[in-house]
Amino acid sequence: MKNTENKGGNEAIASLPPSTESAIELKNITKRFGHVVANSHVNLKVRTGTIHGIVGENGAGKSTLMNILFGLYKPDSGMIFLNGQAVDVNSPEKSIALGIGMVHQHFMLVPTFTVLENAMLGNEGSMLLRSGEEVVLDRLKGLSNNYGLDVDFEAIISDTPVGMQQRVEILKALNRGAKILILDEPTGVLTPQETIGLFDILRSLREQGVTIILITHKLKEIMSITDTVSVMRGGKVVADFSTEKTSPEELAENMVGRKVLLSIKKPTLKVGKPVLEVKNVSHESKDGVLVLKNISFDLKEGEILGIAGVAGNGQSELLDILSGIETLQRGQITVNDKTILPFQDWNSKKAREFGVAHVPEDRHKRGLVLPFHNYENSILGYHRNEDYSSGFLMDKRKILNFVDDLVENFDVRPRSSSISSGKLSGGNQQKLVLAREIESNPNILLVGQPTRGVDIGAIERIYEDLMKLKSKGTAILLVSVELDEIMSLSDRIVVMNQGTIVGETNSSNATELDLGKMMSGLEQV
Amino acid sequence: MSDSNIIPKWLSVGVIPLMNLFLAFCVSGLFIFFIGENPFRAIFVMIKGAFYYPGAIGYTLYYTTNFIFTGLAVALAFHARLFNIGGEGQAYVGGLGVGLVCLIFDQHVVGFLVTILAILGSVIFGAIWGIIPGYLQAKRGSHIVITTIMFNFIAAALMVYLLVNVIIEPGQMSPETRDFASDVGLVQIHILAKYLGLEMAMSPLNLSFIVALTVSVGFWFLVWRTKFGYEVRSLGHSETAAIYAGIKVSSTIIIVMAISGGLAGLVAINELLGVHNKLLLGFTAGYGFTGIAVALMGRNHPVGIFLASLLFGALYQGGTELDFEFSSITREMVLLIQGLIILFSGALAYMLNPLVERIYLKYYGNYNNA
Repeated sequence: MKNTENKGGNEAIASLPPSTESAIELKNITKRFGHVVANSHVNLKVRTGTIHGIVGENGAGKSTLMNILFGLYKPDSGMIFLNGQAVDVNSPEKSIALGIGMVHQHFMLVPTFTVLENAMLGNEGSMLLRSGEEVVLDRLKGLSNNYGLDVDFEAIISDTPVGMQQRVEILKALNRGAKILILDEPTGVLTPQETIGLFDILRSLREQGVTIILITHKLKEIMSITDTVSVMRGGKVVADFSTEKTSPEELAENMVGRKVLLSIKKPTLKVGKPVLEVKNVSHESKDGVLVLKNISFDLKEGEILGIAGVAGNGQSELLDILSGIETLQRGQITVNDKTILPFQDWNSKKAREFGVAHVPEDRHKRGLVLPFHNYENSILGYHRNEDYSSGFLMDKRKILNFVDDLVENFDVRPRSSSISSGKLSGGNQQKLVLAREIESNPNILLVGQPTRGVDIGAIERIYEDLMKLKSKGTAILLVSVELDEIMSLSDRIVVMNQGTIVGETNSSNATELDLGKMMSGLEQV
Repeated sequence: MSDSNIIPKWLSVGVIPLMNLFLAFCVSGLFIFFIGENPFRAIFVMIKGAFYYPGAIGYTLYYTTNFIFTGLAVALAFHARLFNIGGEGQAYVGGLGVGLVCLIFDQHVVGFLVTILAILGSVIFGAIWGIIPGYLQAKRGSHIVITTIMFNFIAAALMVYLLVNVIIEPGQMSPETRDFASDVGLVQIHILAKYLGLEMAMSPLNLSFIVALTVSVGFWFLVWRTKFGYEVRSLGHSETAAIYAGIKVSSTIIIVMAISGGLAGLVAINELLGVHNKLLLGFTAGYGFTGIAVALMGRNHPVGIFLASLLFGALYQGGTELDFEFSSITREMVLLIQGLIILFSGALAYMLNPLVERIYLKYYGNYNNA
């Protein structure tokens, strides 16, 4: 809780009557999904007519909090005050009626409707469409001129650029009478020029007294447009700042957080020849955004290369390409002296044949088939292997023998081959995935977020296993948003920001401050 | 199709389907009561019609055979999270395979061989009718539900055209082919029994039933014991994990639809090789659609599918008896009862889950929260 401007004041504030100048005040909001606590005792206060930023990594609880404010989720406990009045926001309709508008990360527009039809949705002006359109068009034109929300009312949404679609979303919210505007990752799909345009709009909205909450993980944007900022991590607001009194480094530190440093014995080992070479790899996402730009690095035998960066800066896409899940679009990859060129036949099966094992970032989506039993998951991706099968058939007895050893050697609890993996705790699921990939005897291991959602005990075990693998000479590529993890495990660290490698350093002379600066994209080393 | 994690298997697989069935019978009973008949007597007649009268069991099992084939067809696709509504069309086109093989070869080749070829023909033709929607889904993203429904219509139209204009027996009115040669076909069980010195009432039950049981075992083996089955189930549970595991999604979809179509095509051997001995219009009679309910009720497992098929077989046969016995209960009334059972055990299969969960948690919840 250090760096908290109103540190220690959280409890004090809770007992005071809400100040009338705050547009929004959230008090002690807690929201659980099953056993997962998405928001834990969150307090948030936003003054009227300001732009308030909320930063935090994926899964920090930002979106959950905003969905609570917008009435999509009901909090388990806590209160919401609007302009000093306690309100019960139990549905989006209610929240709209209270003057809250939300622009979602993925736009909620009808692609086959015109801009006008979309913008008037929810406040059509009249029972009859034609006369309603006239009324609304007048109003929208006024709003559009006032705030520089430049749109073509006649155009069909699917033909318009994303920047305009976003302006339509904002218009839609204003047309419904929004005085408080929530924007969830608004710049994720925008070009730099469109981003500048959006920020101009936001500034003019602020001048007219609209309160804006901006959710993002891009620190530059926070610095350039917000008045105040809150940092979320692990479902909590860990710090509040006035923007002019903070720095991106400080924000980055708070976002990533410091964990108890586990003591890790790094085996000293002479690194061997390079086994993975990545040259000029670029990648365009399905939305046409360039998510990787000219990435080049190599990875040697017996080395752990850490890739640091705030989540969402291209690391996931890089892992997907290296592991064969995504097609290589541009550049070249050399794996154990075999070269992969763009649009060549490159898939996960082939990657495994080339000796690349992969512990995916999202074990629920990728690493495991949750309803499967442990023994079935223990061979996922290796089920074609002759060790577990003969011809068409799977050899259940061999698989059971294998999984029994696996759960024993890697301490997966409970030691059961037949429990469905979805019932294991996060740490044990991760141990199972890691065990499977290590047991395949890879000479390159790709690891994404090895300790996300994993308890301390399991973390220690996972680190040990990685070190053991390294001392066998396996090359390990470690992608993590936990700075400590990167620093204590890696031999070498590269830092990614907005799809490029912005710096490289040896872990022995890296400091958190340097890395933080690079991660925020402010400094290239 | 997610199974609840809260309640144990014996409840979700055993008790809840029985409760659904019971509800369906209750509502059916209400209808029968409203038209002035005694529901208890109706049920009694139905059970007697399905199991008691001479040949009744044979008829029941004969219908069961069809439902096993179509139920397995739907279930396999379900395992890959594909909703194959096209069992009806695939069975129909499977019939074309049987018909063509028989009409072309039965005058020249020994009957036993023709029968084998005809069985293969039913599988291959059914498979083709499954592959096309499978391909369109895998490579073009056309939704399998839409395309399989469309393919039912195409199959129906195609068969009408062929049976009216091309392969109709010359010189007659009804849209049927000529009879297959008498040495072609699957022998009926009561005839087989006679050879063995046993006396059995006549029924259309034939060797297809044995084929259905064999295929059921094969289905279990394929889904739970082979690499391919493993890949299918991975894909069905989580496409992202399947891609991660290097499973080729599109080819898996196409192969699943091929096997699914082939299974549905086997309905034709029961109907054409076992009973009619010729290809005729509309022999599929809705078995393909009922297969969806069978698969749902049978939880996509061969044992469950067998039991559900038996239930629907008994309903078909017992329903005929009901129609015969009561003047006020017509064929339509019987269809209504079947519809209610499909509604309660298929569409509303999970309706009772929350209730059962709540009751279960109330009494056992504390012990189970480890």
